[in-house]
Amino acid sequence: MPTDLDLRTVEPRSPGQPDRRKPERGRPEREFVRFTRMQRTLHACMIVSFLSLATTGLTLKFSYTRWASMVSRFLGGFQVAGFIHRSAAILMFGVFIAHLYNLVQLKKREYKTWRGLILGPDTMLPTSQDLHQFIATMKWFIGMGPRPQYGRWTYWEKFDYFAVFWGIAVIGSTGLCLWFPILFTRFLPGSFINVATVIHSDEALLATGFIFTVHFFNTHLRPEKFPMDTTIFTGHMPLAELKRDKPLEYEALMASGQMEQHLEEPQPEIVVRTIRIFAWIALSIGFSIVVWIIYAMLFAYR
Amino acid sequence: MPTQTIRNLFAPGIALTLFLTAGILQAAPKPPQTPSTDDCLACHSDKTLTTKRGNRTVSLFVDGKKFSSSVHGSLACVSCHADLEGKDLPHSTPVARVECGTCHGDEQKQHSHSLHGKAIARGDALAPHCVDCHGNHDIVPVRDPRSAVAPLKVPFVCGRCHQEGTPVQTSRQIDQHNILENYSESIHGEALLKKGLVVAANCVSCHTPHNILPHTDPNSSINRRNIAATCTKCHAEIEEVHRKTIRGELWEKEAHVLPACVDCHQPHKVRNVYYAQGMADADCMRCHANERLKAADGRSMFVSAAEIAASRHAHPRTQAVPVSCSQCHSEVNVSRVRPCETITHPVDCSKCHEDQGQQYQRSKHGQLLAAKDPNAPSCRDCHGTHRILDKRDPESRTFSTRVPDLCGSCHREGQKAAVRYVGTQHQIISNYNESIHGKGLLKSGLTVTATCTNCHTAHMVLPKSDPQSTVNPKNVPATCGACHHGIEEQFEQSVHSRLVTKTDKGLPVCNDCHSAHTIRRTDETGFMLDIMEKCGKCHEEIAKTYFDTYHGKVSRLGYTKTAKCYDCHGAHDILRVADPRSHLSRANVVATCQKCHSTATRRFAGYLTHATHHDPKKYPFVFWTFWGMTTLLLSTFVIGGMHTLLWLPRALQMRRELKAEEAKEEAELAREEAARSNGAGEEGKSAGEENHHAH
Repeated sequence: MPTDLDLRTVEPRSPGQPDRRKPERGRPEREFVRFTRMQRTLHACMIVSFLSLATTGLTLKFSYTRWASMVSRFLGGFQVAGFIHRSAAILMFGVFIAHLYNLVQLKKREYKTWRGLILGPDTMLPTSQDLHQFIATMKWFIGMGPRPQYGRWTYWEKFDYFAVFWGIAVIGSTGLCLWFPILFTRFLPGSFINVATVIHSDEALLATGFIFTVHFFNTHLRPEKFPMDTTIFTGHMPLAELKRDKPLEYEALMASGQMEQHLEEPQPEIVVRTIRIFAWIALSIGFSIVVWIIYAMLFAYR
Repeated sequence: MPTQTIRNLFAPGIALTLFLTAGILQAAPKPPQTPSTDDCLACHSDKTLTTKRGNRTVSLFVDGKKFSSSVHGSLACVSCHADLEGKDLPHSTPVARVECGTCHGDEQKQHSHSLHGKAIARGDALAPHCVDCHGNHDIVPVRDPRSAVAPLKVPFVCGRCHQEGTPVQTSRQIDQHNILENYSESIHGEALLKKGLVVAANCVSCHTPHNILPHTDPNSSINRRNIAATCTKCHAEIEEVHRKTIRGELWEKEAHVLPACVDCHQPHKVRNVYYAQGMADADCMRCHANERLKAADGRSMFVSAAEIAASRHAHPRTQAVPVSCSQCHSEVNVSRVRPCETITHPVDCSKCHEDQGQQYQRSKHGQLLAAKDPNAPSCRDCHGTHRILDKRDPESRTFSTRVPDLCGSCHREGQKAAVRYVGTQHQIISNYNESIHGKGLLKSGLTVTATCTNCHTAHMVLPKSDPQSTVNPKNVPATCGACHHGIEEQFEQSVHSRLVTKTDKGLPVCNDCHSAHTIRRTDETGFMLDIMEKCGKCHEEIAKTYFDTYHGKVSRLGYTKTAKCYDCHGAHDILRVADPRSHLSRANVVATCQKCHSTATRRFAGYLTHATHHDPKKYPFVFWTFWGMTTLLLSTFVIGGMHTLLWLPRALQMRRELKAEEAKEEAELAREEAARSNGAGEEGKSAGEENHHAH
């Protein structure tokens, strides 16, 4: 293990406890960079877009609740809500395209070939290793084994990633049908609009429900990270956390001696605080929506 | 009069008869060129003797006995049938019409100038000749009860032609109707026909027997100028009982400005009910003008002359001849010092306002009154008493803008009619006032706006359950249609109309959608959103499915921009979708969609506006898509949820271990620190504390 990393400064920090460590002699301890600026921006845009889409869309889906009409009125009426919904959809498409562009850039910069990107060690595609890790995780859950040694991307992170691809394809395409029904009924039957409505609305329910429960748990509500993991916003993650959470990646980087390239000084205090406020707002909206969905589905369903 | 006229009529006739008889007797010895009565009767006493005139078989029988006892009995046949004089027998036919005027010259002259005579001259086949009234061979003196024109028979002689249904009455210009019926029920007819008072006026008393002229003819006995003279022939000094109206001699002097007798006492219909005692208002006002006049029970009996003068019953604008006190307060007796002491009944308005009276008796109000209900309103409760004004007068209690308050005096919440009411309508008056009709009437002052009486009628107010009620569901379209005629026409063609759909289920009428007393503008958001609930009352299933689609969801959120039931189905002109005239028929549906979706195409119109995922038969695609999606949803959530739930205990365990590890490290650090600070002395103890975590 290289000594120049000064691991003594990287202390484990108890969850939920504010970081009270002070930089020693003006030199702050460095953190592992997990996400690029582009990825963080796209995720933030996705949050804004997704929350807007969910809020405005659900007013229609649960129009029979008093909540829905209150939210709709607060937003300025169904037409304004519709405008917000479509604007957010454009933003979502933008995020999607930007991500694809980013992939191309990534390939050019680091992998040279698509093969390298897709089949490399940091691939987003499911691999046999993921299957083994999944089985090992199940064993760990039921107390029949240790916690598996996860790498850069765990299988549930890969699942989340492709869920977004699937969601954008399904919700986006049916959404366009509903947006331009006259154009689409030039070659589709009129009743396809009805089918598209069902798919759009139920798939959206799946997406919101999944993101605001399972995804939130994986990243925020996991007791060891409670109440919030800001890695996706700051892009940084304490080295100790990387060592604990993603031991495979940590070890690989240490072994290859490339760790130094991945360390950066922490974000300024003000940036972190702003990020926390933003994240808390997003989190609260998400939870409110979950409560609303549960209320509408279980207690007010018609 | 009749006796005198008849004497005038017959005196010359009798004289002539005597003279002619003498002549005939003198001429008897001469050769029998002229046939005698006996000669004529030789044939004409045969009862079977007939002839053909046109298509009719006419009896030529002459009853010799009747003839000889008639006023003309002493005359020879040829005296009248002058064309047979000197003819051989049997004579040729036809025989010329008898000229009564040869003897009865004055009567003939009058008759020729009369309506009847002129009609004969025109060749009117219906016009009466002498024989049509007087008969032929059996004429007896008019005083003889057997006479065809005896006073008791005159109405029937005239009535042969002048009664309903006769060719004269139906095909000639006569502006009086039911003449004989009206006459026989009039005071004159009753006296003559029921009481046998032969001096009572009959037809000829007013119209004269022969000089019958239209009332427009200045010489007619029934012309406005002459009518007073005609009536006063019997009713001498009638001015005495009409002094307030007529002021005595003015009646005859200025007949053209004053009302004529017939203006009040309509011809043929003259009744005795309310003109019984010729009381003048002045007689009443002698006492009732006193403001302190009180009845035994303390009620003021003061009558304001000014109020009456301004009322509908006296105002010159509305009443040509003021109605007098005793016309309403009947049963007075002028022979008493207090003529009113004989009054035993309250005023009965229906004596004049007969139709309204009948309607009222049929109404709920009338039924309550008949049942002696103390709350029952009578005429005066709505119309007042002496100060009754025309309903078009803004001051009137029955002026349209004041009707809601008038009805409200009993039907407002808490008032006597409202407290006993058990139906479904509440806050009737306040709701009405806020309704479109109420606002139109009371805020905009649009006096033609429907008020209580337009729907419920003024006098025949009946509960909704009564089939005759204007607000009975069966009659509601017609009631509303009185103003909203165009809508009624559309509605009666629609599937909701009772004329179109025969069903036991209740069909909706206007008020089922528009309500009764809370009718709103149809372009108000509230109305537009409510209407879907209204349709849903009957069309429960289909309304639910509407709320499953985009249109319905937006409506449910409280916006009116998206299509609502009536935007597609029509409002009043709803027809079955299969009907080619329907807005949703194959021919019309694209245009219907285009009302909102201006570029809509036929395939776009294939959108299922009532699609629901609950109906696998009707909407299999939607149904299976929904269940496919639901399966996907449930399985994802089950897997995701299980994963999370299983993870939770491990994650908690990790957290505990982490904390323990941290605590251990902290303790180690603290020990190190303590050892170091012991070595370095006591300086910076607090700083050391602070730096504690930095290490």
